[in-house]
Amino acid sequence: MALDTVAIAKKNPEASQPFAELGLKPDEYARIREILGRRPTSSELAMYSVMWSEHCSYKSSKVHLKQFGDKAVKSDALLVGIGENAGVVDVGQGYAVTFKIESHNHPSFVEPYQGAATGVGGIVRDILTMGARPIAVMDPLRFGPADAPDTRRVLPGIIAGVGGYGNCLGLPNIGGEVVFDETYLGNPLVNALCIGVMKHSDIKLAKAAGAGNLVVLYGAKTGGDGIGGVSVLASETFDSTGPAKRPAVQVGDPFVEKVLIECSLEIFAEDLVVGIQDLGGAGLSCATSELASGGSGGMKVELDRVPLRDATLSPEEILMSESQERMCAIVEPSKINRFLEICKKWDVTVTVIGEVTDGDRLEITWHGDLIVDVPPRTVAHEGPVYNRPLAKPDYVDRVNAEIITVKLPQSAEEIKAAVLKLAGAPNLADKSWVTNQYDRYVQGNTIQSQPDDSGMVRIDEKTHLGVAVATDANANWSYLNPYEGAKLALAEAARNIATAGAKPLAVTNCLNFGSPEDPGVMWQFAESVRGLADGCLEMGLPITGGNVSFYNQTGSVAILPTPVIGVLGVIDDVRTRTPMSFDRAGLELYLLGQTQNDIAGSEWAYLHGQRGGKAPIADLQREMRLIDLLVAGRQMKLFVAAHDLSQGGLSATLTEMVLRHGVGAEITVENVGQSLVSETPGRVVVAIELSNSKTLSDLASKQKIALTKIGSTGGDSLVINGAKISLSELRKAHTETFPKLFG
Amino acid sequence: MKVGVVTFPGTLDDRDAARAVNAAGASALALWHGDADLMGVDAVVLPGGFSYGDYLRCGAISRFAPVMEKIIDAANGGMPVLGICNGFQVLCEAHLLPGALTRNHELHFLCRDQKLVIENNSTAWTSSYSKGQEIIIPLKNGEGSFQCDDQTLAALESEGRIIARYVGEDPNGSRNLIAGITNERGNVVGLMPHPEHAIDTLTGPSADGIGFFTSVLKAMVK
Repeated sequence: MALDTVAIAKKNPEASQPFAELGLKPDEYARIREILGRRPTSSELAMYSVMWSEHCSYKSSKVHLKQFGDKAVKSDALLVGIGENAGVVDVGQGYAVTFKIESHNHPSFVEPYQGAATGVGGIVRDILTMGARPIAVMDPLRFGPADAPDTRRVLPGIIAGVGGYGNCLGLPNIGGEVVFDETYLGNPLVNALCIGVMKHSDIKLAKAAGAGNLVVLYGAKTGGDGIGGVSVLASETFDSTGPAKRPAVQVGDPFVEKVLIECSLEIFAEDLVVGIQDLGGAGLSCATSELASGGSGGMKVELDRVPLRDATLSPEEILMSESQERMCAIVEPSKINRFLEICKKWDVTVTVIGEVTDGDRLEITWHGDLIVDVPPRTVAHEGPVYNRPLAKPDYVDRVNAEIITVKLPQSAEEIKAAVLKLAGAPNLADKSWVTNQYDRYVQGNTIQSQPDDSGMVRIDEKTHLGVAVATDANANWSYLNPYEGAKLALAEAARNIATAGAKPLAVTNCLNFGSPEDPGVMWQFAESVRGLADGCLEMGLPITGGNVSFYNQTGSVAILPTPVIGVLGVIDDVRTRTPMSFDRAGLELYLLGQTQNDIAGSEWAYLHGQRGGKAPIADLQREMRLIDLLVAGRQMKLFVAAHDLSQGGLSATLTEMVLRHGVGAEITVENVGQSLVSETPGRVVVAIELSNSKTLSDLASKQKIALTKIGSTGGDSLVINGAKISLSELRKAHTETFPKLFG
Repeated sequence: MKVGVVTFPGTLDDRDAARAVNAAGASALALWHGDADLMGVDAVVLPGGFSYGDYLRCGAISRFAPVMEKIIDAANGGMPVLGICNGFQVLCEAHLLPGALTRNHELHFLCRDQKLVIENNSTAWTSSYSKGQEIIIPLKNGEGSFQCDDQTLAALESEGRIIARYVGEDPNGSRNLIAGITNERGNVVGLMPHPEHAIDTLTGPSADGIGFFTSVLKAMVK
């Protein structure tokens, strides 16, 4: 295909262009023509198509996400908010922590290993781009039924991909989720979270300021992988006679990324960059337009200087390629030599591809011909915005009206059977088969990882300052009531931070939904965003950023609404954290919080094929008092152990606690069936020394949290109201599920 | 006492190894793969990771790094050298130790707290332990299955050159459950599990791993 230049576009304004094949709507194409005052060149069309894709432009979600700004929490802790590559939070002692989750759902279904691997790679670069050293990753995952043949294809590949990439980067994997549900069968969810740490003064932003400064591309060479990954497979459109369509899934090389991380951190340490951006979705189109609009707007790029893996790539393909492990930096001319030296030390390919200008246009040339001449903000930030129709779906009132009829365990035999059934259910079973494929030790700062309530890492070896992160979503509740579901996921993640005694500080999110063109899905999304915004405002937790993933559906069936909420907390001394379990006999066990009839949406109901009923209503005031109690208790050295109750209720919590160190417990509860399987939010089991019972009851009454003694620790069994389950049979039930399913 | 910790491109556990060296009372010094200079160190640790992305074979490219020429000479002259995980693989590729590390028999990366029994406490890196002592330190690798021919295995067994074996369930299919070996002189040790991740109970499963680093301090003082 002949090169299409700005000159040709002016000369030949009516040439027909394949905008629909690139995923653009006729009115969007018309808008591009209006912005430019002419038809776009094929390169400009390529840039607009990827940058105005749902993934990059948030065109369906923007009107709702605005609430995160409107209802923003005034927080002194927030150093960088929504809009940059990742939010940054002040955690004290001069340290800043950045964290973010992103989805890589669709690529992981097509090619599980590479899809998951590059999901990790992408989020790690986002964190690095802020100037931070990445210190840990987490991976909330969702799959179809555990025994479905396709789950056996997808799950091992995704786990190996998350591990293969993260392990090779030297990042400890400190937690995540593995959840199974029918709706994810044709659309698994791979969400990846990364945490990074830096000093306040080291924060970097994506801006190209200062005319004459150089635009530097470094890292891997650009190849034909991932072209149109964010919009559509597009290579065919540009050259139907050329090589076969290239896969839209990127292929990662974690070794290159590890070297890129160390090289970048050395560059940052010497303060050699003015601005920096990683190349992720939409590749160079995104990096150049975002950097330019982050500055004064002017930038010139010589695209033919980009080092290529495949010399036959056209300029359009180079602009759209999502080849991994690339970064784009803005460097002052006086510092470029040192920049190049450091790249040479790490054997990193580096090329000056352009410079910042004092104009307001992004101009890209190809061997001297001008092929892109656009106002960069129109590409990066002024994409279309849709106020899509939304309507409460019919199912909501119908399922909310259903009465849950599942039988609850009563007799000793039923109690034992229920505890064992829940212990071995795929959603609750031991996940070591998964987490043993991840390195949790590297960097030597991991304090907590799976199966703890949250992941915790030390960030200062001398002061013992640390951070904790938990991710949670309860899609069953979000299905029944997306507004409450989002609030409940927020509360659960915050509680999972607090059980260890860390103080929740900030929130990130990854909102996984079906098609925004379905008004019912759009309603679920809008309600979830409203719930999360209201919840964060009430709990005083700032939202630092997030990610929206739409079109997660198979045919007309959408996934359960799955807003994954990540909460970051801080702990002043990791040595004083409260562990999730007890390692000795003779301790008193108490339940904090009251158990209600919350069987709807529970794992017990799910295991009995019942999905209806009403979700619990979040009581965030009570959740905040419970958090205060847990943090205060930790500071007073009150708790020997504390563990959250969530999916699987008290039964699952006790199972995890007794198996952790092989110390049993004897439990007596009223209304045993409901007590064991109900999933009423805002509850925690704590273990204390007998001598501390008065202190605990004083603290609980001060915070107005219900307190019930449920038993004591010891023995080699879990005994519940006389039903005795030996730890060995409980361990067998809990641990055999995954090896049996996935070998 | 200075202990060099080598960083290749793709090395991951170099900071951890340096922390362990310092915790044992020695002083860690960073060595760069591209510099043929040991900077006067008294011993060397080759830490874990995926040097050169494990391309070709684990350790096969690192073995040719400029710093390795010096390390091979020094090791042949008696300097204590410990290779952990990827470092063990590098030592095998460099022919400082016999055998090779191959893919785990279950074909997964495996990270778990691993029980070992110390079989030889007379090397430069194991003298802090007692013979038969059981320790728990993290194991984490994809290619940790120690393989060698029958003759080599018989020699390793008869000469007491197996320094540690896995206890309990076989993690990776290593011959005779071998977790670590030494050379004839006892100054070069390769170990698949990670003692540097077990120097305190806050971040590790135990503090059992520190013994490898205190051992070499004693060896250097001698």
